[in-house]
Amino acid sequence: MSAGAGAGRGAGGIVRGVLRTRSGRLGAALSGLIVLAALVSLVWTPYDPTQVDPADSWAPPFGRHPLGADRLGRDLCSQLLAGARITLAVAVGTTALAAVIGLALALSAVLPPPPVARGVVHLVDVLVAFPLLLIALVLAAVFPGRTWTTVVALGLGLGVQVGRVTRGELRRVLATDYVLAARAAGAGTGRIVRRHLLPNVAPTLWVQLSLTAGVAVVAEAALSYLGLGPPPPAPSWGRSLHDLQPYLTLRPLVLLWPGLAIVLTVLGFNLLGDGLREAADPHLRPAPHTAVDGAP
Amino acid sequence: MTVHPKPPHPTSAHPTSDRPASDRPASRPAQGPGTIPLFEVAGLSRSYPLPHAGWRAGGRPGGRRARRQAVRDVTLTLPAGSSLGIVGESGSGKSTLVRLLLGLDRPDSGTIRYRGRPVRASHRSRDLRWLRRDVQVVLQDPVASLDPRLTVGAIVAEPLECLRIDEDHGARVEEVLAAVGLPADARDRFPHAFSGGQRQRIAIARALAPRPRVLVGDEPVSALDMSVRAQILDLLGELTAAHRLGLILVSHDLGVVARLCDQAAVMRAGEIVERGPTAALLTHPTHPYTRALLDAVPRLPIG
Repeated sequence: MSAGAGAGRGAGGIVRGVLRTRSGRLGAALSGLIVLAALVSLVWTPYDPTQVDPADSWAPPFGRHPLGADRLGRDLCSQLLAGARITLAVAVGTTALAAVIGLALALSAVLPPPPVARGVVHLVDVLVAFPLLLIALVLAAVFPGRTWTTVVALGLGLGVQVGRVTRGELRRVLATDYVLAARAAGAGTGRIVRRHLLPNVAPTLWVQLSLTAGVAVVAEAALSYLGLGPPPPAPSWGRSLHDLQPYLTLRPLVLLWPGLAIVLTVLGFNLLGDGLREAADPHLRPAPHTAVDGAP
Repeated sequence: MTVHPKPPHPTSAHPTSDRPASDRPASRPAQGPGTIPLFEVAGLSRSYPLPHAGWRAGGRPGGRRARRQAVRDVTLTLPAGSSLGIVGESGSGKSTLVRLLLGLDRPDSGTIRYRGRPVRASHRSRDLRWLRRDVQVVLQDPVASLDPRLTVGAIVAEPLECLRIDEDHGARVEEVLAAVGLPADARDRFPHAFSGGQRQRIAIARALAPRPRVLVGDEPVSALDMSVRAQILDLLGELTAAHRLGLILVSHDLGVVARLCDQAAVMRAGEIVERGPTAALLTHPTHPYTRALLDAVPRLPIG
């Protein structure tokens, strides 16, 4: 049983693998920055992000306020830091939910006998047809001002899409000779799923999930922008965009910060996914090559 | 490849089996290996539905789909200690027959018995554990048949774990890797670090690991270079002789079968058109298809 452990497949091995790739390093750095911002905001922000100070209206950056202040004199840096919390919570929650739903749908579309599997495939086709953001909008309107409605709506919608792509990958892997060989070696369905299917669809799944996290960040910002995100006092990048938008022509620079934060977060997640894929793909992993085929 | 018929299997040259006596549960038939055939196949048929012909092509919705008869009324026997070659061109149903023999697919009709016990495909892996402990397979494509995400050690240990073989798995893995001529450090590496011939050695090691009685080769050398092919064939010959393995070798190449098998069956369009001792089949083919296959074997001067 020692054999499976020797390949650096533990969490430590995957992290090292990710950090070996350039995109992985950049993605990890950007994502790490967001996590750091969210964590720091829990204990410290330059100002209370909701504190209004008319004297500081449109205060310039790099003075008393690191990134300046908005019309009401609220510190933009503090708003960004605190907004990272919501963004990160939605991204992580949505991605985790999408992963669970996606894998469950994909597995139940390939493993059960044909009538059941076909039913799941049709169900997924129907679910994919629902417009994701509209469902999130409706849910947010019905249960306003709660973060979990956003997570559930986005997780369901994106999970169905993850499931669709994963199903194709599972079918590809199920048809391979090594699954046939595993069955001939006496492996049951559970073992084949754990040992052959999941590791071999993992690279695709990682990329899917990193894209999902990026989409979740954008979707959360869009919902907040429309006023359907978390309730007003809590800071959010999307609502910052919304609040600052009327002053676009007067103060173009202040709009840059929340926009930049969103772009860098999405970029970070996507690059991290690239790094994970490369680290998980044995063909891209450097390995010692043996000599020519020679029988001793 | 030169066709040189092989004399009957030299099992007598290796009277000692490496099977310890404890390896054989008492529940197994007590008869000597000479009495019960390893495989008995009778009237075996299997057909597959063809893809839907669309309504444009004249297919009626709800109508029965056309089917391709992959295996048609096949009857054959593998006596204990014997080696059987199944020859036929692509699409003649050889691989389907292999899947049926391994209990990986269910026949439409007919029976398969291994050492007298009926083989029935099942979705529960433990139902056929008794068969898999005895019958192992080497597939054609050594690139596709090894999971790229597992180390060689994990691949070779898989049948030991799945079949609950009561033995030190690590030691057995080292033993079979050495038996197929791979370096000991191979176990910690991944399949992609190996060449085609070495990969096929890994696949053979996996098949040997649970100490089977029968090795089934589904075109085991077809994907290999000519020079490597000879090495792998030699290895298969040595291993089957040393471990007194029954061998079912499927190939489109009569030369391969002639080298390793004392019995041969010729398959065409799912049916066995001719069978008999390999030597007789090669020297006096009666069916025109066998003659055509013989003529298709490239002959090289003996060097």
